[in-house]
Amino acid sequence: MLERAFKGDQRYFRWLMLLLVLMGMGFASYLVQLNRGLTITGLSRDVSWGFYIAQFTFLVGVAASAVMVVLPYYLHNVKVFGRITILGEFLAVASVTMCLLFIIVDLGKPMRLLNVLLYPTPNSILFWDMIVLNGYLFLNIIIGWNVLEAERKGVHYPGWVKPLIYLSIPWAVSIHTVTAFLYAGLPGRHYWLTAIMAARFLASAFCSGPALLILLAYLVKKYTKFDPGKEAIDKLSIIATYAMVISVFFVGLEFFTAFYSKIPSHMEALKYLFVGLEGHRTLVPFMWLFAILAVVALVLLINPNTRKNEKTLKIACAAVFLSMWLEKGMGLVIAGFIPNPFDHVREYSPTIPELMIVLGVWATGFFILSVLYKIATTIKEETA
Amino acid sequence: METNRRSFLKIGGLCTLGLATLPIHELLAKTDLPRVASNPEAFHGKQWAMVVDMRKCWEKGKAGCKDCIDACHKVHNVPEMGNVKEEIKWLWTDNYENVFPGQGNPYNIENLRGKPFLALCNHCANPPCVRVCPTQATFKRADGITMMDMHRCIGCRFCMAACPFGARSFNFREPRPYIPELNMAYPTRERGVVEKCEFCSERLEVGLMPACVEACKVGGLAFGDLADPKSNVRKLLASNYTIRRKPELGTEPNVYYIVS
Repeated sequence: MLERAFKGDQRYFRWLMLLLVLMGMGFASYLVQLNRGLTITGLSRDVSWGFYIAQFTFLVGVAASAVMVVLPYYLHNVKVFGRITILGEFLAVASVTMCLLFIIVDLGKPMRLLNVLLYPTPNSILFWDMIVLNGYLFLNIIIGWNVLEAERKGVHYPGWVKPLIYLSIPWAVSIHTVTAFLYAGLPGRHYWLTAIMAARFLASAFCSGPALLILLAYLVKKYTKFDPGKEAIDKLSIIATYAMVISVFFVGLEFFTAFYSKIPSHMEALKYLFVGLEGHRTLVPFMWLFAILAVVALVLLINPNTRKNEKTLKIACAAVFLSMWLEKGMGLVIAGFIPNPFDHVREYSPTIPELMIVLGVWATGFFILSVLYKIATTIKEETA
Repeated sequence: METNRRSFLKIGGLCTLGLATLPIHELLAKTDLPRVASNPEAFHGKQWAMVVDMRKCWEKGKAGCKDCIDACHKVHNVPEMGNVKEEIKWLWTDNYENVFPGQGNPYNIENLRGKPFLALCNHCANPPCVRVCPTQATFKRADGITMMDMHRCIGCRFCMAACPFGARSFNFREPRPYIPELNMAYPTRERGVVEKCEFCSERLEVGLMPACVEACKVGGLAFGDLADPKSNVRKLLASNYTIRRKPELGTEPNVYYIVS
């Protein structure tokens, strides 16, 4: 099957070359970081996690969202998703790979990574995150590959794959729940210490993931002969709509608890994000952009006319993805550290090499995604 | 000596055989005695704790006195990074309202303005940093000290996110060039690991009080075993009103403050 990735038109190879160049630039920046340490990043004693961990957190959500096509298809027999489950599974593979890479680039001593296996520590949430993420990666590779291979041969996939498919459904929920627990169980980080953290994570995952999947489906439709189908996109857009509404609702709940109780430590991070704290307001424009995009997305998605119109649906999906990226892939992690345990406001902004590494990891993810989608769409074209 | 494949394999095989006898040796030579003799001078405790008497520090100490901090950082090869972003500190001072956020009111903050409060690792009885560490690189000792294994730490900085007291510092760059005066009796660290106060476990081992306690000329720092009712710290806690940092979080800090 893999040989299909090596045959393609010029545009396909140009796209891969572009990604390879970005990956190379990211890798070069990473070598600098490996040599000089995390000093090349904007991280500090006070904001000790930044863009790397924020991207990781956001992408766990994108990975988990594969369940939004797998679950309806296998549990509720929603036939229209049959054509695109493979797109969801391969998106999960690419996303989890990016997650793992973001963890590795964040480590101060990456050469000691295997200490996590050598000294297994069940009381550490990071230990469980390692298990669920790797498990999810393998589940999706095995399921996606076998189902696709069976499709190519024109036979039903082997029986042993079915239990793995069922397992992958709760497993998808687990990866994002465990990732939320990384944050939600820490005393003294008030912005993160909320019981609805895992629920928020899942809601934002189930809108940003399907939104990206819709955009990818349109790309696949445009550049290949495989059509994921209008009905599948319609169904996905309804899922994204509900999840987006719930997601914004959850953010509203955080505001109510903080500002009605008026407990200073609960209000501070939200104040920092939306109006600034003690004159520090680096993230304020980005968070307002999040708010505007979220409103735009909701308006376009809730209105059935704009949701069913391809052009406005694309805008809505881009707005969902970008707004959730701003909220989770940036604001959530950074604001958890502000103010610091001494009530001082020490801000964070990423450096150029740090952003290059982030870009390199995203390029790696899209490289994997492009190759996997190439294989999948070629087989779909062949068997059509 | 000439080596060929045959003799190399022979020697290799013999070595492996030799290693295989190690468990047998351990079984026959089994003993309850510790492998390493402990220093007869060593201090032993069940829960080491510190009482910081801020009154003595302010009333008897000279303004701007940093004896305890200097002694600690010198003994432990703590580098001077020269910027807030990558600062490494084991023992330091901050304002009352910053060391005890949420406990200040406009009047006591005014009364205490400009007066330094010492901050360090609290060696919590229930430490979140130990709970989250994925490799047990930070761990709790039987004597209550929250310890770091610098050789095991992978630099994930989960402990820094988990510590509600900001007690932990990360080596963002190679720290050795920034050590003002190298103490050859204590290890230095590498870039990429987290470090913090270790209650001078290495000094307790040889019967010495922590460096900061010893350095304070006005006796503002008391160190002892909380489990021992006759210890100096228990006496101080019995006869003074003391506070701890962020007690509501349930981490049970073992550093107490006498304010007035």
